Amino acid sequence: MTSADFSVIWPELLLALAAMVGLLVGVWTGKDRTTATLLWGAVGLMVALGVVLGFTSWEPRMAFGGLFVDDGFARFAKVTVLFSAAAVLAMSVDYLKRRDLMRFEYPILIVLAVVGMMMMVSAADLMSLYLGLELQSLALYVVAALRRDSLKSSEAGLKYFVLGALSSGLLLYGASLTYGFAGTTSFAGILSVLDEGPMPIGLLFGLVFLITGLAFKVSAVPFHMWTPDVYEGAPTPVTAFFATAPKVAAIALIARLTFDGFGIAADEWGQVIAFLAAASVVLGAIAAIGQTNIKRLMAYSSIGHMGFALMGLAAGNVFGVQAMLLYMAIYVGMNIGTFAFILSMERDGQPVTDISSLNFYARRQPLRALALLVLLFSLAGVPPMLGFFAKFGVLKAAVEAHLYWLAIIGVLSSVVGAFYYIRIVYYMYFGTETEPLDRRMTAVQWGLLMASALVMVAGVVNLVGIEGAAQAAAASLVR
Amino acid sequence: MEKIILFAPLLGAVLGGFGWRMMGERAAMMLTTGLLFLSCLLSWIAFLTLDPGTAHIPVLDFISSGSLDAAWSIRMDRLTAIMMIVVTTVSALVHLYSWGYMAHDHNWGQHEAYKARFFAYLSFFTFAMLALVTADNLVQMFFGWEGVGVASYLLIGFYYKKASANAAAIKAFVVNRVGDFGFLLGIGALFFMVDSVHMDDIFAAAPMLAATHLEFLGESWNAANVIAILLFVGAMGKSAQLFLHTWLPDAMEGPTPVSALIHAATMVTAGVFLVCRMSPVFEYAPEAKTFVVYIGAATAFFAATVGLVQNDIKRVIAYSTCSQLGYMFVAAGVGVYSVAMFHLLTHAFFKAMLFLGAGSVIHAMHHEQDMRNYGNLRDKIPYTFWAMLLGTLAITGVGIPLTSIGFAGFLSKDAIIESAYAGAGNGFAFWALVIAAGMTAFYSWRLMFMTFWGEARGDKRTHEHAHEAPLNMLVPLGVLALGAVFSGMLWYGSFFGDHDKVTRFFGMPQHHAEASDAHGETPAEDTHAEADMAHAAPAAEHGVAEHAEPEHHAAAALVAKAPQGAIFMAPDNHVMDDAHHAPQWVKAAPFLAMLTGLSIAWLFYIRVPQLPGQLARALPWAYRFLLNKWYFDEIYDIVFVRTARNVGAFLWKMGDRATIDGFINGLSLSVVPWLTRFAGRIQSGYVYHYAFAMVIGIVFLMGWVVLSGRM
Repeated sequence: MTSADFSVIWPELLLALAAMVGLLVGVWTGKDRTTATLLWGAVGLMVALGVVLGFTSWEPRMAFGGLFVDDGFARFAKVTVLFSAAAVLAMSVDYLKRRDLMRFEYPILIVLAVVGMMMMVSAADLMSLYLGLELQSLALYVVAALRRDSLKSSEAGLKYFVLGALSSGLLLYGASLTYGFAGTTSFAGILSVLDEGPMPIGLLFGLVFLITGLAFKVSAVPFHMWTPDVYEGAPTPVTAFFATAPKVAAIALIARLTFDGFGIAADEWGQVIAFLAAASVVLGAIAAIGQTNIKRLMAYSSIGHMGFALMGLAAGNVFGVQAMLLYMAIYVGMNIGTFAFILSMERDGQPVTDISSLNFYARRQPLRALALLVLLFSLAGVPPMLGFFAKFGVLKAAVEAHLYWLAIIGVLSSVVGAFYYIRIVYYMYFGTETEPLDRRMTAVQWGLLMASALVMVAGVVNLVGIEGAAQAAAASLVR
Repeated sequence: MEKIILFAPLLGAVLGGFGWRMMGERAAMMLTTGLLFLSCLLSWIAFLTLDPGTAHIPVLDFISSGSLDAAWSIRMDRLTAIMMIVVTTVSALVHLYSWGYMAHDHNWGQHEAYKARFFAYLSFFTFAMLALVTADNLVQMFFGWEGVGVASYLLIGFYYKKASANAAAIKAFVVNRVGDFGFLLGIGALFFMVDSVHMDDIFAAAPMLAATHLEFLGESWNAANVIAILLFVGAMGKSAQLFLHTWLPDAMEGPTPVSALIHAATMVTAGVFLVCRMSPVFEYAPEAKTFVVYIGAATAFFAATVGLVQNDIKRVIAYSTCSQLGYMFVAAGVGVYSVAMFHLLTHAFFKAMLFLGAGSVIHAMHHEQDMRNYGNLRDKIPYTFWAMLLGTLAITGVGIPLTSIGFAGFLSKDAIIESAYAGAGNGFAFWALVIAAGMTAFYSWRLMFMTFWGEARGDKRTHEHAHEAPLNMLVPLGVLALGAVFSGMLWYGSFFGDHDKVTRFFGMPQHHAEASDAHGETPAEDTHAEADMAHAAPAAEHGVAEHAEPEHHAAAALVAKAPQGAIFMAPDNHVMDDAHHAPQWVKAAPFLAMLTGLSIAWLFYIRVPQLPGQLARALPWAYRFLLNKWYFDEIYDIVFVRTARNVGAFLWKMGDRATIDGFINGLSLSVVPWLTRFAGRIQSGYVYHYAFAMVIGIVFLMGWVVLSGRM
């Protein structure tokens, strides 16, 4: 442990320390009365860190004897995670206050989860991978059950925990198999073993277990089953959080593991990822059609979107990774806006999640309805919204990697999937008369909704300028 | 200056069309008309001060992709200048005329604004037409070609509340598409062969085309002929030649100023212009030229016969236009392009005037268009009468035979007939044109007699209220009348009469003139008609043989670069000179035909007014045949329209609805919901089900990886 190591992990260290200090402050002083301060402090800290990480040098650096790597890829993922976490925290304040959920643990747990995610995307060793993953997961198990007095919320937390434990077990089993056959836990070490000769079957098994463990985190089919229940049961701000930052971290971790650790064996893991991608896009599209609860709908939507992102990964080349990173950044942007809107859906002060409550919303709130329309079209992948370009990128990567069947499944699924997005638009503009939703919407939610919608339209010009960043990030991962 | 000419109408169209709500209708009308007059003035300056040779004025980069380079530039030569003055003059006058004609349109309600839209369309049309005639490459020309098509569509369908107007607009557009397809194929073939769409490159390559063969429709053809015919198919559509003519009479649904501008003076002559512009290609395509001659002559004859019996004043003039366009094509087809342009120019004046005059009559008679309800309008609308009279004298070709003194049509039409006699291999074109000239005289005078002489027929009150048009409608008539009277005599020498002048006027090289001088001697001495007929052919051959040697050199020198001049006449093309030396009876023939037509018309409609009815009863089948326009519309309806509709209905019902929709609906209404329900059932809510799914997943993945044998 030298100062050089600390100079690499200072952002994680800073966040972890901040979380602990926050915990002490919360416990020793006003408890829940300090929540607002802690929450805004966390938002400010994460935004500041995001800016710093985005604009300081992206030169790759190793720390702790190869356990931790800080390169362009990690930076891109970290910045996305930090910004999305901050945005979700900021827009959930009002909701939490009104539901009496302003517990001081909430921001602290979110910050700890973010620390875990930052560890994940920087992991260069199975050890640090597991460390980051578990830190993140444990924090998320707890926030899923944040509303302790609600049966659904508790159930969601418990389900998530039990299945998460199973997936962790699978992951650990894979890690131990890998260690057993490679003799090392470091990605570079695994890579050099693969370099030397044919892949031992044990290593292959280890790889598949590792991927399944991680697939649980990105809710790829068939490891997705927890997603709809947890999304529905958890308080909406938590759902919004689940749909954004952890997904970025987990898929980045898959990319990290596959390319850094098993890069040579792209054929072997490529087909596994391709299968997960195909199954996810199909199920995401088809199962969402039956949903009337917008939170469940968004759960299936995120399953489908993860499938598309994995499609980029399945291509197994630098363009695929770049397309995947772009996809994730755009996906997170769309989801923040959409959840900002979902958070504001109330009738008589009570949250509603039924999509039919949006009937004729456009008549009462034309601007908000328009913004939501843009976001939904973007989610469905209708040009000229940004979501189209995201899909186009991954499909192109798949085609260039000769995964034609995968691209065709992707296109067909996005056609089917467009149905349920556009159905919401239909309700908003043409539906039938129902009891209207409340007008209330806080400035933060309104701002995020509008900004997100605007970016989806205006971003067409230059993809918000992140294309270059994604390219650099992808180049640093795929060498 | 050329850029101002080209873009002033566009400016007017855009500002007037989109900005009239801000500036008001009147301001928009003033703006468009003012800009058009500016454009017109500059065109005349450009025409009169035109430098010899061809100028290229770059405007902007248009399309550049691979070897396809279609930069937008103005090609300024005599041909362009002629078209420019025709287009801008007629257009400016029509703008002015429309102030009066469109002032109170009964098709629109009290508070409906339509005038600014009309003027914007007119200006837009003018821009597109100018873009067509100034084109320096074929892609640019196609842009203008389609632009005038759109403008024509908009203006024919200007009364969009009338179903018949909409149908006519669609018909015009669709029939034109047939021609445009040919044009497009021609452009494509040229690009394929020459690898360029620039006029200069194409002209330079024309001798090469004549020596090349092209695979088309599975057969090997002479490239120059195929290309020329394809281009001519485009011209046939735009210029309403036989088989593609059916849209023109229906196009009279548009307001009368539109008929004058688009369907008489300018757009329909675009085809003639195209053939003249592409003269370097046509000169190397003898079969294509023959085709042009036959189609032109047949159109001139056919349209004239139909014109004999029509009762709608505008339709008579429309068929007359169709017929006159046939004349122009005959001239172009025999290789005397300058005469085609000459008739185009004079025709623009007198035909626009006839239309505007007809518009004035219609205006006076409260939008009554049936000539059977006119009669004795001489005193009611004297100025219109005099203008129409001058126009009729011009179109029928009144002049002093064997001199070059006469109305515009006399000089240009006779020039065409002489050229047809000299150029077309057999007498078909010549006789068709002479007979058509007689019929032209008949139907033109029939129109005059029915309208201005005889007894007032139809609604009495309408006749009582008939009134002369306002000044802004009469001024254009007067200006055009000047053109109708003097334009022929003024430019006879430059277009046809004097070989050297023609050569200089169109900026052609001089060597051609020498060849013709030497050749001219032989037939000039022949005065006897019969002997002349027999003599002309060998004499011509003789002349060619004599000059074969030097001309070969000239041709060889020409291969490298495009021929000089606005039009190109091959070194062995002596038709114009032969026409000059046509026998006297040939020169007098159209005049005699005209006199015959006039006398019959006088007999039928002044002397014995019951005669036409008796004749129609005596020959009912012939009358009906002509009245129904040779049943072209009916035949097309059966052969093309219904077939297309049946095919469309089949594809729609069987292909689209049953097969495609059926498949998609089946998928989306039964398969997908079933899958959705299935997915819902799996999502049971029990943790052990979820864990089981995960285990199944991992077993499947493991099995797949192992069994796929990638180890």
